[in-house]
Amino acid sequence: MKKLVQLFMAIVIVSVVLLAIISGLNSSEGYSGDNTLTIYNWGDYIDEELLSQFEEQTGIKVIYATFDSNEAMLTKIKQGGTTYDVAVPSEYTIDQMRKEHLLIPLDHSKLPNMKYIDERFMDLPFDPENKYSIPYFWGTVGIVYNPSMLDGKRITSWADLWDEDLRNQILLIDGAREVMGMGLNSLHYSLNDTNDAHLREAKEKLDTLTPNIKAIVGDESKLLLANEEAAVGLAWSGDASEIMYENEKLDYVVPKEGSNLWFDNMVIPKTAKNVEAAHQFINFMLDPKVAAQNTEYVSYSTPNKEALKYLPEEIVKDERFYPSPALTEKLEVYENLGKQNLARYNELFLEFKMHRK
Amino acid sequence: MQNKFTRNVFFIPYALWIALFVIAPLLLILYYSFFDIEGNFSLINYRKFFTPVYLKMTLSSFWYAFLITLISLLVAYPTAYLLTKTKHKQLWLLLIIVPSWINLLLKAYAFIGIFGTYGVANSFLEVIGIGTQQILFTDFSFIFVSVYIFIPFMILPIFNALDELNPALVYAAKDLGASGWVTFHRVIFPLTIDGVKSGCQVVFIPALSLFMLTRLIAGNRVITLGTAIEQHFLVTQDWGMGSTIAVFLVIIMFLIMLVTGKRKRGV
Repeated sequence: MKKLVQLFMAIVIVSVVLLAIISGLNSSEGYSGDNTLTIYNWGDYIDEELLSQFEEQTGIKVIYATFDSNEAMLTKIKQGGTTYDVAVPSEYTIDQMRKEHLLIPLDHSKLPNMKYIDERFMDLPFDPENKYSIPYFWGTVGIVYNPSMLDGKRITSWADLWDEDLRNQILLIDGAREVMGMGLNSLHYSLNDTNDAHLREAKEKLDTLTPNIKAIVGDESKLLLANEEAAVGLAWSGDASEIMYENEKLDYVVPKEGSNLWFDNMVIPKTAKNVEAAHQFINFMLDPKVAAQNTEYVSYSTPNKEALKYLPEEIVKDERFYPSPALTEKLEVYENLGKQNLARYNELFLEFKMHRK
Repeated sequence: MQNKFTRNVFFIPYALWIALFVIAPLLLILYYSFFDIEGNFSLINYRKFFTPVYLKMTLSSFWYAFLITLISLLVAYPTAYLLTKTKHKQLWLLLIIVPSWINLLLKAYAFIGIFGTYGVANSFLEVIGIGTQQILFTDFSFIFVSVYIFIPFMILPIFNALDELNPALVYAAKDLGASGWVTFHRVIFPLTIDGVKSGCQVVFIPALSLFMLTRLIAGNRVITLGTAIEQHFLVTQDWGMGSTIAVFLVIIMFLIMLVTGKRKRGV
């Protein structure tokens, strides 16, 4: 009995010590004092030099935290607890956060640099009049492929994926919107189509692609494509540029039938303590020179029209990442289709995944 | 002797645990399963479960879980038997258990490398003249990796059962003229059946709802009930349907326990 009590005591003491260490670490990480600014962004999604530049200019101390999915970020912000002053979610999450009242409206008078943003990327359905968000980066969904594994063949359209030469060569993303969208686009329907007959048709079209599909995976696809495990992959343009940096043989194309256009926008979540500094930071990031430097580092596409002037020709002229106006016309932003329709998309996607070779 | 009061005091943590972490979650799952995606009370999820999509998924989950259990058993039984015959059996046993200390995700990623087009497995096939095959993202790789992961859980109970087996019984069978095979299937196997049963339970039940390996190793070419639950909770946010599938899994598991759990007395 005495031994048992001792054991219990030991466990309690260890727990208390661990708890103290954890809370110590937490406060050193997320501490938001008088003039600090906590930024919550995707991993490796900013040139850190710019953070020190911002600190020098304003005297505000920046705390930088990262997330790896919109869902993870949303959960953390919903929980409260940590005082994030600026966050960078994707468009469909912004729509959700806006509806769930998790965002603080932006004061446009404090964001004079807003005028540099390309009008094409302003006032979009997920955030009318940019009341809550300002574009940070944008991109597309397209096809990454390895011409050297395809005897130099070029891919230009979704329809090309159905080619018999690509047997067992395609990696898809495990996302209902992306894959169903690919089916819809290949039939020249809208990405946001909710007509049940069209959706069914798209699912049946996708079923016929099964012999060419190697696997439907998550983030692993980046690794698998870079290692030439498969010749073709569905990918977001940002991931594509990352994979192409790893393996120079790869190429990226936005299919000519049209595709998805996505945004990551800066917002001020409800958890913010230093709203003033948050505006200062957003305005700072919108400065053309800053945006240009950031774009060169991150290598996604910048929505900042003025920043393009400070970027090297080969980046700005690269139609893979800055598609021509004709192609941009055909790109669509995901609309929040509501739970019912989203469930329909997921159901059909699940059925498609169950379709065996 | 303890009096009734202290005995009741000792019972409190157990009762709390059972109420909070066993009964409450089960009731919550049952409760959620009666709501459709808009949050209205309905039985639609149960009707949906009996559509071909989910029935097919249930059957295929069963089929894969069955294969995984069978193969694990076929490998584990002889292994456990040999282990009881070795000199340092605890050491050998430890070596088999050690891989289960490594995080499942790491092991899965390691297999992506091993089974890949340029991985070790394919270099070996190349050397022996078979040539490169697609191993990753096939039924074979899925079952192989699952068996690899579950095998320690199958070996342990069988090893314990075999280890407790009184060798005198085996000698007696031999003295009475039983051949090796007869000794095994009339004496050794019936006496270790409880170990085999608990091994099968520990493997079959989690194998029914495997979900991460179906993506990492099988590239979503194998869809189990676990995959569907994950998707309903995380992507569709249709907690009702996810809960309904979970309710059926609970019922199925209960039935399995009932079937394999009989004849628990004896030895």
